[in-house]
Amino acid sequence: MEIAIISGKGGTGKSSITAAFAALGRQVVLADCDVDAANLYLLFNPAHEEEQIYISGQKAVIDYAVCTSCGICIDYCRFDAITEKEGRVEILETSCDGCHLCARVCPEKAIAMVNSDQSRMVAGSFRFGKMVYGRLAPGEENSGKLVNMVREKASAMAAALTSPGQPPLILLDGPPGIGCPVISTITGVDHVVIVTEPSLSGLHDLQRAVAVALKMERKVSVIINKWDLHPALSNEIAAWCRHAGVAMAGQIPFSEVVVEAMVHQKSIPEWAPDHEVSTQLRSIFKWLISSCLLEMK
Amino acid sequence: MERVSPGEAVSAGISLKIAVASGKGGTGKTLVSTNLFSTLLVAEHQGSLVDCDAEAPNDFLFFKGEAAGSFEVTQMVPVIDTDRCTYCGRCRDDCHYNAIFILPSVPMIRVMEELCHGCGACTVACQEGAITEKEVSLGRVSHLAVDAFHRLTEARMNEGVYSPVPVIKAAIREAGHTGITLLDAPPGTSCPFIQTVSRADYVVLVTEPTPFGLSDLRQSVETLKTIGKPCGVVVNRAGLGNREVYDYLTAEQIPLLMEIPFDRELAALYARGMVAASVDLSWREQFTQLLNNILTHYGNSHYQW
Ligand code: SF4
Ligand code: SF4
Repeated sequence: MEIAIISGKGGTGKSSITAAFAALGRQVVLADCDVDAANLYLLFNPAHEEEQIYISGQKAVIDYAVCTSCGICIDYCRFDAITEKEGRVEILETSCDGCHLCARVCPEKAIAMVNSDQSRMVAGSFRFGKMVYGRLAPGEENSGKLVNMVREKASAMAAALTSPGQPPLILLDGPPGIGCPVISTITGVDHVVIVTEPSLSGLHDLQRAVAVALKMERKVSVIINKWDLHPALSNEIAAWCRHAGVAMAGQIPFSEVVVEAMVHQKSIPEWAPDHEVSTQLRSIFKWLISSCLLEMK
Repeated sequence: MERVSPGEAVSAGISLKIAVASGKGGTGKTLVSTNLFSTLLVAEHQGSLVDCDAEAPNDFLFFKGEAAGSFEVTQMVPVIDTDRCTYCGRCRDDCHYNAIFILPSVPMIRVMEELCHGCGACTVACQEGAITEKEVSLGRVSHLAVDAFHRLTEARMNEGVYSPVPVIKAAIREAGHTGITLLDAPPGTSCPFIQTVSRADYVVLVTEPTPFGLSDLRQSVETLKTIGKPCGVVVNRAGLGNREVYDYLTAEQIPLLMEIPFDRELAALYARGMVAASVDLSWREQFTQLLNNILTHYGNSHYQW
């Protein structure tokens, strides 16, 4: 069973909610697909058992011993990555898209493509099961492909779990936005949970996220986090969901225990098992699992 | 060094781009950018705000104004003339994004436009003159005029486009270039973030005093160091969490520009799409102070006014 937790935008408390689900589940494989800002490892401190280099792309590099400053490459580059400064042709690493065209057109063969290899995928065990996460190095690209790598690893780890009774549960903590890495995160999952908060921009982001998930033909449900910060808007969001035919998984009140738990490197149900927030999280999780099981039948 | 107010700086012909960013979205980056923009409005400083979060732009929700034009951002994609194509496969071999698919036995050739980055390598590769190019849309840049001196610009990419970067670049290029330009940066530290902050003179990082906040902040600071951008930090939801972020700022000698305490009233205003600095005098003063702090630190780090 594979469940992705996303939000149109970061900061809705999505990661704290994912962490809580991980603590409540059995036979859990937790995959942090927010490869741009992975942070669940901060709570769960997984054993560092496996690390793989992820080649995110390539960048063009000029060999100045060979370059004659003819400038032909400048004319071909469509990413404005090559400029001439005082007779010296320079490639702006942050703008290079890695297309190889300059290397091909250079009459002197002065340009080579080098791998961008600073990104990593890390996997290991943690207190509730297995965990895998990606870390995209600053400025590196193709986060969607790193997400795919993380998900493949998660599936392999889930398959290796011998499961008496319940099937293993793969929880995917998704990246913000609606771009390529989000699509990679929700492709083929059994269920997409969208976490939102009661604000105009939250509703706006929720609508975009729902549109993307429905376009991918996924089952979708919504959690309104910090609902009591603006009960009227929460009602409006719930009404919109009903209207759009999207299930409400539940509402969670604002509470300082969420941050307290994080500061103590714990998930919410571990830190404050009897708190109202934990009670809500447990009932949402129960609903989620049973509705997924129903869908799968 | 003399202190200069934003108004004086603008009338002295200064043009300054300030990016407001956070490792992750939702830490209050939009709250800070919209409130800073509001102080520009109130004080009659010429200025603009560019929403560079092209995947989820929503700064427009916070301001009223008149639509002031918009344009499509496009890229080129190849079009193959099958009468001329010999199915030799050169274009496919040179396409680094696997956007061209060929089955010579059928024969069939297809361009997968959603994978194409518009690099032009296939056009160069084809020896048969079989490839021409057409424009396709990547997204849209729109302007909203709040009054005669102030404009909002929004970068919005289409769903399913491989990268928001071309739309972001176009939005920043087309935004106002006089006075103070605020760039509401996309989350993360990958290309969209770098393409935004590298066009700014100063970067304001918004964070929360929590372990997640610190981890994201560290990554943003390290990235800014590699491209040599000066930065300062706003701590949002101060009072929740712990002191680690502050210790980090001290150790790294990064200026703390402002603390925004967690405040249900502020959260409620934001939730309703209202800008605190536009409706509340004390918030207006605090955000004006933030702008002054930014100008002072920018001046200290780079510019003698
Ligand atoms: S323009 Fe570049 S990315 Fe697009 S199909 Fe041609 S070679 Fe591939
Ligand atoms: S390079 Fe030109 S001729 Fe060869 S397959 Fe491509 S379009 Fe056809």
